[in-house]
Amino acid sequence: MYSVIANNLKKQYGKKKDVVTALKGISFEVEQGELFGIIGPDGAGKTSLFRILTTLLLPDGGTASVDGLDVVKDFKAIRQRVGYMPGRFSLYQDLTIEENLDFFATIFNTTVKENYDLIKDIYSQIEPFKDRRAGKLSGGMKQKLALSCALIHKPSVLFLDEPTTGVDAVSRKEFWEMLRSLKKQGITILVSTPYMDEASLCDRVALIQNGEILSVNSPEGVINSFRQPLVAVKDSNMLQLLNDLQNFEGVQNAYPFGEYHHVVLKDGYSANTVSDFLQQHNYHQPDVKTIRADIEDCFIALMKVSGEL
Amino acid sequence: MITNNTAIQAETLTKRFGDFTAVDAISFEVKKGEIFGFLGANGAGKTTAMRMLCGLSIPTSGKATVAGFDVYKQTEHIKRSIGYMSQKFSLYEDLTVKENIRFYAGIYGKSDAFIKEKTAFLLKELHLEAEANKLVRSLPLGWKQKLAFSVAIFHEPEIVFLDEPTGGVDPVTRREFWNMIYKAAESGITIFVTTHYMDEAEYCNRVSIMVDGRIDALDTPAQLKRTFEVRSMDEVFLKLARKAKRAAD
Repeated sequence: MYSVIANNLKKQYGKKKDVVTALKGISFEVEQGELFGIIGPDGAGKTSLFRILTTLLLPDGGTASVDGLDVVKDFKAIRQRVGYMPGRFSLYQDLTIEENLDFFATIFNTTVKENYDLIKDIYSQIEPFKDRRAGKLSGGMKQKLALSCALIHKPSVLFLDEPTTGVDAVSRKEFWEMLRSLKKQGITILVSTPYMDEASLCDRVALIQNGEILSVNSPEGVINSFRQPLVAVKDSNMLQLLNDLQNFEGVQNAYPFGEYHHVVLKDGYSANTVSDFLQQHNYHQPDVKTIRADIEDCFIALMKVSGEL
Repeated sequence: MITNNTAIQAETLTKRFGDFTAVDAISFEVKKGEIFGFLGANGAGKTTAMRMLCGLSIPTSGKATVAGFDVYKQTEHIKRSIGYMSQKFSLYEDLTVKENIRFYAGIYGKSDAFIKEKTAFLLKELHLEAEANKLVRSLPLGWKQKLAFSVAIFHEPEIVFLDEPTGGVDPVTRREFWNMIYKAAESGITIFVTTHYMDEAEYCNRVSIMVDGRIDALDTPAQLKRTFEVRSMDEVFLKLARKAKRAAD
């Protein structure tokens, strides 16, 4: 059985002249126990989607279900079963760690003791500070408390809206390790993020842009569907190199990618033809190598295609 | 030594809040026209350091000059010589594109003639002519950020401070944004930028990494990778940031 089904979901805001379309008919399914990533930039529609699935917002069109329950008709039942961690810290700043956790447990007619096992790994890291007010916590500690509160009623589906935005690389890694271990306990997890590199940590991902899904696949599957030859190129003057590459007839797209430039080639071209081209243009020993696409390359390619349509 | 070629100079710059040392005697120099990446984990002290350099917070001890002005005594001069944008706050959502430009340029005391001429040029360059009279709220995030950057350098500052300017921006727009940074640097504006994207660290001429209030590493991206014997800036960052003892934020 699918844990979450979205079927042609639509949402727009504003009136007549000033309409913003947040979701343009989104469909996907998430299997039980899956760690499913919604990957896309700000404004793609991730939060609208999460708010509809957690019954906090009504869709303008389409249907959706969570745990087999309809998000419109069965909203009360869904609220009992889902955990939701919004993008903005939404706990009570003037309650302590312990009071916040108790409060959320009580709302859901349960106790911290009853479900302590589920949150133990995460909560034990902040438990030594349990008398500290939530408003006085560091970013990392707030995140752990929010996650504990979202889990304390033992939800079957957990929605995490951009839990790692603005978080540094070290804390991001730690957060994903927590998610992997939660997944082992059988909870379905939907997590949204603007960081493309986090896609590889999910079982499957939906790439989303401008209210539309570009692709739903496993991270491997997304990468395998990148068909064009791709090379990475480096030289001492990177700015000039990019300009020169963009003038090469075999280039479909060229863009900076950290230390290298990534060059998407038309069919029939390869690293060798790029090397030859550069040598003809007075590059002595350009560093050119064939590489595998990563998620960001795929996202850029998919954005280009959907932009041209 | 402060030369004409120096945009920012800091010497054992320190900020304490009570017995907490947020910035612990950092020393560094940024050259004119340089793209300087200012990295660090959450809570490492980046924001506090930036606030001192922008003339918004008086240091506890140490010395620093920004655009040749002293961070203790000449904060108003500093504010006039710099531009600033962040992901969190950049433009007024309920003003139009044109109104935002006019507002910021006016704050910096630019003449009406200057504003008029440069606004036309800017709107054309950003392909925003059709949106000139639309509320900023209605623009996609990527456009907003590009506009915010243009507004931050509209008064032709010597240095622009960018605090996570590309957070949450799509990968194509992120690259367009960096293209604008390069152009600004080429025109002589010094860029001081923070980011959580490690690929963007590679686009900087030099990068410093803060850990627990100190600058633990400062070099070109290539040299940093050699020093730490790793292949990516991501790994350099992880190696350093893992040593941090201080809690984030």
